[in-house]
Amino acid sequence: MQDSGIQVLFQGINFVRLLEGLWVSLKLALVSMAFSMVLGFLMGILMAGRNRIVGFVCRVYLEIVRIMPQLVLLFLVYFGAAKHLGIDISGELAAVIVFSFWGTAEMGDLVRSALISIPKHQYESGYSLGLSRMQLYRHIILPQTFRRLLPSAVNLLTRMIKTTSLAVLIGVVEVVKVGKQIIDASRYENPKAALWIYGTIFILYFAVCFPISKLSTVLEKKLQV
Amino acid sequence: MKKRLLGMVLVFMLFAAALSACGSSKTEQTGGGATARSLEDIKTAGTIRIGVFSDKNPFGYVDANGEVQGYDVYFAKRIAKDLLGSEDTVEFVYVEAANRVEYLQSAKVDIILANFTVTGERAEKVDFALPYMKVALGVVSPDDALITEVEQLNGKTLIVVKGTTAEAYFGENYPDISLLKFDEYQEAYDALLDGRGDAFSTDNTEVLAWALQNQGFTVGVESVGSLDVIAPAVQKGNTELLNWINEEIKALAEEQFFHKNFEETLEPVYGSSVNADNLVVEGGEL
Repeated sequence: MQDSGIQVLFQGINFVRLLEGLWVSLKLALVSMAFSMVLGFLMGILMAGRNRIVGFVCRVYLEIVRIMPQLVLLFLVYFGAAKHLGIDISGELAAVIVFSFWGTAEMGDLVRSALISIPKHQYESGYSLGLSRMQLYRHIILPQTFRRLLPSAVNLLTRMIKTTSLAVLIGVVEVVKVGKQIIDASRYENPKAALWIYGTIFILYFAVCFPISKLSTVLEKKLQV
Repeated sequence: MKKRLLGMVLVFMLFAAALSACGSSKTEQTGGGATARSLEDIKTAGTIRIGVFSDKNPFGYVDANGEVQGYDVYFAKRIAKDLLGSEDTVEFVYVEAANRVEYLQSAKVDIILANFTVTGERAEKVDFALPYMKVALGVVSPDDALITEVEQLNGKTLIVVKGTTAEAYFGENYPDISLLKFDEYQEAYDALLDGRGDAFSTDNTEVLAWALQNQGFTVGVESVGSLDVIAPAVQKGNTELLNWINEEIKALAEEQFFHKNFEETLEPVYGSSVNADNLVVEGGEL
């Protein structure tokens, strides 16, 4: 058979290294997403509230996050903090900070839009039943919000998993970087390995993101009233 | 609508303020901020952080067992051994071409050994030690019509890639050679294989490796054109460490260290017929 380059995948511990890289990507995304969920919920509630100043501050934050490329934020946190403030943090930590910063803003906006999409009569009926503000949110508004939020939150998570590949520029060796290392190490003996390695990475991303999307569909159905 | 507009204007102003603050802090940042570790600090810590490439075979790459290897890495290990007594004291940091300067400026590494070509622009931002390697142009041609002198190319067709130093060098200095230009390396190599040109020229490291993989082609001219040197870099102003590296490079010339390094790391890729003196610099002397 012609030398196709697929054997590069199974040389040494190459495949295990790819899986380890995938775990790094996943870990970054999941930890950042956990922070984004908690903080994003708070932010969404604040944004949906009636306080104009709070709303404005949140709006500014959201716009900054949307305007600034994540790469710039990564460089600012990783190199900038060390250069100007003397704070030396690891690449992983810097990535978690930046992705949480980004995720919180996006999540906040999603929560906000989910909250205001709940019809006014839901609030009014709740109050007329004699529920307090806390009880109203706890039993009526948040459960409905959560259901509406699920698809877009899952979408954000899969986006986050894919965006972790940017972290390579601050020294985090994740799955795409491992792939590049493998391709380059075999560049002279197996110039055609690139297709196989990138193909494998594609499948790995799919294998991770697809079940997550599937899970959200299942949950969505389950939570349907 | 009006409120939104006002909001946008405010965001914009905030941004401008933040940007100008960044700008001014950058200009006054010389002594302050992140200062690289001194020689003493490194010795006390017992480890040295060296930035290398992890995907630039054969200078710095990770092999199938996950071990970092290459010409730069070989030197990095020697530095650790001579400075701290053991090769295991080196902590490799994987850098990218685009962030090598940042790594030094933010003091996240002590030394960069990542195939770092010395240029005037870079020398303003980092301090380069003595060179340990040099790169020039190489000319590869088919064995049955081998070009061993650049003069043999007069009146013939030389293939080059647009934007490379080869294009500039031959265009300026050899008007009698007709150049066939391509956008990409792959196209250029294909053209050479098809016989659309008599020879192909680009960085000698590149053509040497290619010739070894392609039977019937040889690099007849291994070094021509302006010479670029590759050197270790440290943070600007870290003179103590810089001097130590310079002394180290001079001392290593005694045992022809970089020739040995060449045999171990580069020869498997470039082949044994290559003259090491065309790539290797001993004792920082060109």
